[in-house]
Amino acid sequence: MASATHILTPEEASANPLPEAVVVRFAGDSGDGMQLTGGQFTLSTALAGNDLATFPDFPAEIRAPQGTLFGVSAFQINFGSTEIDTAGDAPDVLIAMNPAALKTNVEQLKPGGLIIADEGEFGDRNLAKAKYDANPLEDDSLAKWRLMKLNISQLTLDAVKPFGLGNKEALRCKNMWTLGLALWMFDRDRQPIIDWLKAKFAKAPELAEANIAALNAGHAYGETAEIGGQVGRLSVPAAPAEPGLYRTITGAESISLGLVAGAQLASLPLFYGGYPITPASAILHHLARLKEFGVTTFQAEDEIAAVASALGSSYAGSLGVTCSSGPGIALKTEAIGLAIMTELPLVIVNAQRGGPSTGLPTKTEQSDLYQAVYGRNGDAPVPVIASRSAADCFDCAIEAVRIATQYMTPVMLLTDGYLQNAAEPWKVPDMSEYAPFPVTFKTDAPAEGEKFLPYARDNKLARPWVKPGTPGLLHRIGGIEKAQGTGNIDYAPANHQAMTDIRRDKIAGIDVPDQALSLGEAGGKLAVVGWGSTYGPIYQAVRRARKKGLDVAHIHIRHIWPMPKNLGELLKGFDKVIVPEMNTGQLKTVLRDQYLIDAQPLNKVSGQPFRIAEIEAAIEEALL
Amino acid sequence: MNDITPINKSTPKDWETDQEVRWCPGCGDYAILKAVQRTMPEIGGTPENTVFVSGIGCSSRFPYYMETYGFHTIHGRAPAVATGVKLANPDLDVWIITGDGDALSIGGNHTMHLLRRNLNCQVLLFNNEIYGLTKGQYSPTSREGTRSPSTPFGSVDHPAKPCAFALGSGARFIARGIDVHKNLPAVLKAAHAHQGAAFIEIFQNCIVYNDDVFASFTAKPNAAGTQLWVEHGKPMLFGSEKTGGVKGIALDAKTLSLKVVDVEGDDWEGAGVLVHDQTNRMIAHLLVEMPFGDFPMALGVLYDDPAPTFESAVVDQNRAASEGKVADLQKLVAKGQTWMVEKQPREA
Repeated sequence: MASATHILTPEEASANPLPEAVVVRFAGDSGDGMQLTGGQFTLSTALAGNDLATFPDFPAEIRAPQGTLFGVSAFQINFGSTEIDTAGDAPDVLIAMNPAALKTNVEQLKPGGLIIADEGEFGDRNLAKAKYDANPLEDDSLAKWRLMKLNISQLTLDAVKPFGLGNKEALRCKNMWTLGLALWMFDRDRQPIIDWLKAKFAKAPELAEANIAALNAGHAYGETAEIGGQVGRLSVPAAPAEPGLYRTITGAESISLGLVAGAQLASLPLFYGGYPITPASAILHHLARLKEFGVTTFQAEDEIAAVASALGSSYAGSLGVTCSSGPGIALKTEAIGLAIMTELPLVIVNAQRGGPSTGLPTKTEQSDLYQAVYGRNGDAPVPVIASRSAADCFDCAIEAVRIATQYMTPVMLLTDGYLQNAAEPWKVPDMSEYAPFPVTFKTDAPAEGEKFLPYARDNKLARPWVKPGTPGLLHRIGGIEKAQGTGNIDYAPANHQAMTDIRRDKIAGIDVPDQALSLGEAGGKLAVVGWGSTYGPIYQAVRRARKKGLDVAHIHIRHIWPMPKNLGELLKGFDKVIVPEMNTGQLKTVLRDQYLIDAQPLNKVSGQPFRIAEIEAAIEEALL
Repeated sequence: MNDITPINKSTPKDWETDQEVRWCPGCGDYAILKAVQRTMPEIGGTPENTVFVSGIGCSSRFPYYMETYGFHTIHGRAPAVATGVKLANPDLDVWIITGDGDALSIGGNHTMHLLRRNLNCQVLLFNNEIYGLTKGQYSPTSREGTRSPSTPFGSVDHPAKPCAFALGSGARFIARGIDVHKNLPAVLKAAHAHQGAAFIEIFQNCIVYNDDVFASFTAKPNAAGTQLWVEHGKPMLFGSEKTGGVKGIALDAKTLSLKVVDVEGDDWEGAGVLVHDQTNRMIAHLLVEMPFGDFPMALGVLYDDPAPTFESAVVDQNRAASEGKVADLQKLVAKGQTWMVEKQPREA
């Protein structure tokens, strides 16, 4: 057990795993198809009824030089018979397709964990590229783990020989061989993957057959005695879950579906203006296929045009949506200001990544909270919503659409690189349970002698939404300060004061649900307050600490701006508040500013998600 | 189909707002505003179906003075906003008002892509070769050596040529007009009749910061000898006895360039004068590149060769991709491989 000021070592942390769960990490060269292997393993695991969470971890380079350390691509999955909220701290099993994959990943493996290495790739050249002086498979440097050396390359070549593929193409089937072995180890069904391969290679049946042969050979290899006593077969039982229909979903899919659902609930066509950027592009790809839902997608010439076209579409009566990541959001900022000034609905999704500047395009971070809440010229308030999991993205997207259309305002929705790519099981929602919030466009012209007031206010302080094409309601809007009511250009001091106040009050008055606790009760010694994708590790850490009898609660904030009305009182009921964030303390600062509380930061900006043990250690330290 | 005369044809007055026009007295923008307001009834426009979208700059105040729908956006981005407007509602008649700095400097990228995509709209570029609203800095169309607050010793960079830029970007309609010239409404009408992006460069005099910069061809005494108003199917003639004789534009086949030739009497054919073909892209290239000074200023519709519009392609594709599909949200969320969990929920 950790002592007063003791920080847990990785070994100690991993000595406290969830017994009901297993963490497997597939690691190989970026050309080895590890993301594909992981994705298919995820699917078969979900179909077996396990709860799961995944963590794809890949390089920014599309095809980094083969065999290099920076070209390693990994996919981690945590699955089990209990509730899974994180991709797991330390892997139980590491599958290393080459020396570089071994080198970059082995230190995270639990002591006693299993390494499966493709010894066919451990030649001198690859060892040199991975900066190994000696072959680690041959010396005792891996002694604290269990090592299984297999010549996967050769075994794959043997398995696909009948199909007459070239050497290069044949070796591409390695990942399927490995997947076959993993499926055997965890007692998974091969059929869904065979179906998938047949569909994927429908136009090249020989490739489908070769891949299936490799998959079967890997499976058979496990089945036969060849493996020896090194590894037993692990069957992780299905996790108990609420009854219902389930599927797996990534954050990107979930956001896309939520945006479509939100637009349908608002009775609006959806216009998506986007520009390719990692890790937000997947949303554009998903939406581009959903035209029958009244979706128009537009790949603009740049980030500015993406948001500007979305705003133009909102002006014309569509739901304008744009997505990007930090650098792209920075480019969109001026147009977001225009949306604030012209009070038009707009949904802006920021799939955050490591920054500043280009930063770490493929790694996750939560460092755009200031940008979302404060990052514009002028007093320019915008509602900000943060999603906590892939499944949660769906409801958050609907909430963003609701606020945007009901309050005539741009809304910022924060996800991150981890949520975009990570998959988890999702209980398919019953859409009839979602209350529609149809938009009513203003169409009635003012009475004779009266003037239409485009900046009149309803009880939510929202102005009317009029589609161009409507007779009798002609008006002009723009970025220059407007007179109350008429919307005419007005630079008068009192008017600017009044309009600034209205814009602030409108956003501050947004109806946001009261903050609930994820774990624990109101009032006590310690609250761990999080937002976004840190939900899983915080939840598990608090759960474990509570099991040990510690007085700690978990509060996870979805509405970053405006904050729930009860949040201040709720936080003040705790002696201490710690805020784990994948940044240098941004929510912590906002909480201090809003509520004058002594919130303490717990920060991590390594491009990797928090580990449960890291948060658990902080809880124990805070409660000493 | 029968020709239908609108029962209540609008008048120019119907297109005026109650807002006080705030350009400098004598600004060329006033004349352009009048020309547009005169054109709208003639093209059968309806105010509620018309949208003026502008960027930032003196010219971009334009929408406030048109009794239509209007969106005064941000610097350089009017084409992008207009693209969203038109894709959301292709039935709207969209006019973009921009300037030389707005369209060719900060917004050059958007102008290029709007033109190559061929969004059905009119782009009115008010070219005054200066930044007016920011008090007189040189602009991307300012001539070399322009002295301004930011270039006290004269600008050293080569100016952009708006019409050459438009043609290079793939525009299918290119025209030139002059703020105070009587032909401007006719040019605007032709632009509006064109299906697709119609690009019009309007020489506009900035009376405060760049007065008379176009006088070499707009001033009355110079006009006849320096203005070449091209018309489809007609020889390219300019000048008169008063200006030293009628001249024409001919092709020098050896150098593949244009030359000015003298025309004796009516015999322009004998002089080899070219007949304007507005659908001929090569002629358009020659006209937009024709250097003023040795040559007259080519004005009117330089190029008009329609192609399918962007928004119609988007609408057609959306329709085709939706055909036979039902927008069933419940089915959508349940797509992919699914599994049933039938057990009772575990204890919390």
